[in-house]
Amino acid sequence: MLQQTEGLHLSARSLRIERGGRAIVTDVSFELASGEALLVLGRNGAGKSTLLRALAGFLPLRGGEMVFTGGNAPLSERAHYVGHADGLKSALTALENLQFWASMLGAAGKFTHGKLSPQQALEKVGLARVGDFPVGYLSAGQKRRVALARLFVAARPVWILDEPATALDVGSQERFAQAMIEHRASGGMILAATHAPLGLLDAKELRLDKELRLDAVASTAGAC
Amino acid sequence: MSSPLLSLFRREARIARSIGGGGAMGVVFFLILVSLTPFAIGPDLNLLSRIGPAILWIAALLATLLGLDRLFQADADDGSLDLFMMTSTPLELVVLVKCAAHWTLTALPLVAAAPLLGLMLGLEPEAQAGVAASLLAGTPALTLLGAIGAALTAGMRRGGLLMAVLILPLTTPVLIFGVSTAAAASGGTVPFHTPFLILCALSLATIAGAPFAAAAALRAREG
Repeated sequence: MLQQTEGLHLSARSLRIERGGRAIVTDVSFELASGEALLVLGRNGAGKSTLLRALAGFLPLRGGEMVFTGGNAPLSERAHYVGHADGLKSALTALENLQFWASMLGAAGKFTHGKLSPQQALEKVGLARVGDFPVGYLSAGQKRRVALARLFVAARPVWILDEPATALDVGSQERFAQAMIEHRASGGMILAATHAPLGLLDAKELRLDKELRLDAVASTAGAC
Repeated sequence: MSSPLLSLFRREARIARSIGGGGAMGVVFFLILVSLTPFAIGPDLNLLSRIGPAILWIAALLATLLGLDRLFQADADDGSLDLFMMTSTPLELVVLVKCAAHWTLTALPLVAAAPLLGLMLGLEPEAQAGVAASLLAGTPALTLLGAIGAALTAGMRRGGLLMAVLILPLTTPVLIFGVSTAAAASGGTVPFHTPFLILCALSLATIAGAPFAAAAALRAREG
């Protein structure tokens, strides 16, 4: 099972992503291989989330190209995405939410290395006690931990994380940093946007705010 | 049916049954609408039994659309919709299963309640059966047409009203053939199966086409 993660490679060349007709991300390139991590850095509005959402397949690329090698499934079916919205139904319990996503996201299924049962995943994020509790009653940090537990119930080699440590306490952050180290050690790949340090060692960095993009685009748009 | 779709169906059912899920609201709304109409029209039983099928159909149309605005809105708000796009299950099938769950939980109770409410409107037994049969054949079309509107308005605040405005005109053929099926059941010049088969055809056509339209609208939500 392990060798399937070994040959992973993601390369992006001069990506261009637009939202509402405006270029938010232009000319972004990077290379990433198995076991490596990419930290997307930049101030608010620099396009970190937009870039990650496009990589996850929610937004179309308007230019450049992205090549993902590793299995015959496209990147969006080999990747996990944890964004600002948790993807949890507040009426269902934490366990029911995880069981649902395990069955939906695990459908690609041949890659099973490191897959945990929903109960084990909750134990891993330290929420074993609240598994049968409706998610609506959980605190923001606990909800985030349930969302992160989704990373473990379906084994996918690429993790796309948009501010994953939001609302996490110090202990949970350390536990999550440890989980990311294990994921990379087993050949996985991590792309994360963050302001806070995540504990990703020797990660590649991608800075998006070389210039004031939004303002620059606005002024050219005004000139047209 | 593969297990991801089965678990999606179960999840939808569980959410609809939970508090605030709105599963039972459709049939209660239907009940209130149908019982209000005689107060507005007056105690003329002949008139009521003549327009009864039409009253039941309009009430069913509104009750079906009532719950549909949340079909994708809730998933768009909490990020589930993004995750559906990352599954290996086609989004079209996700749409179809969500519609099937919604139809089972909101439209099927309407079909069951329609004969009882028909009694209140003084319908003949044949007409009651006709209304129930026409609703059973026609409501899938309403749900799936509504799903297109729900998908188009998924990213918007207060999209429910816009959805109704977009979709209600499209439901005209379903309404016409639904009421004429019900009317043909209790006599008349047209044989029952003629409008009934057209109604079935409308439902089948929307089952085949609407998931693609709704999935395309959901994919184009951003960007």
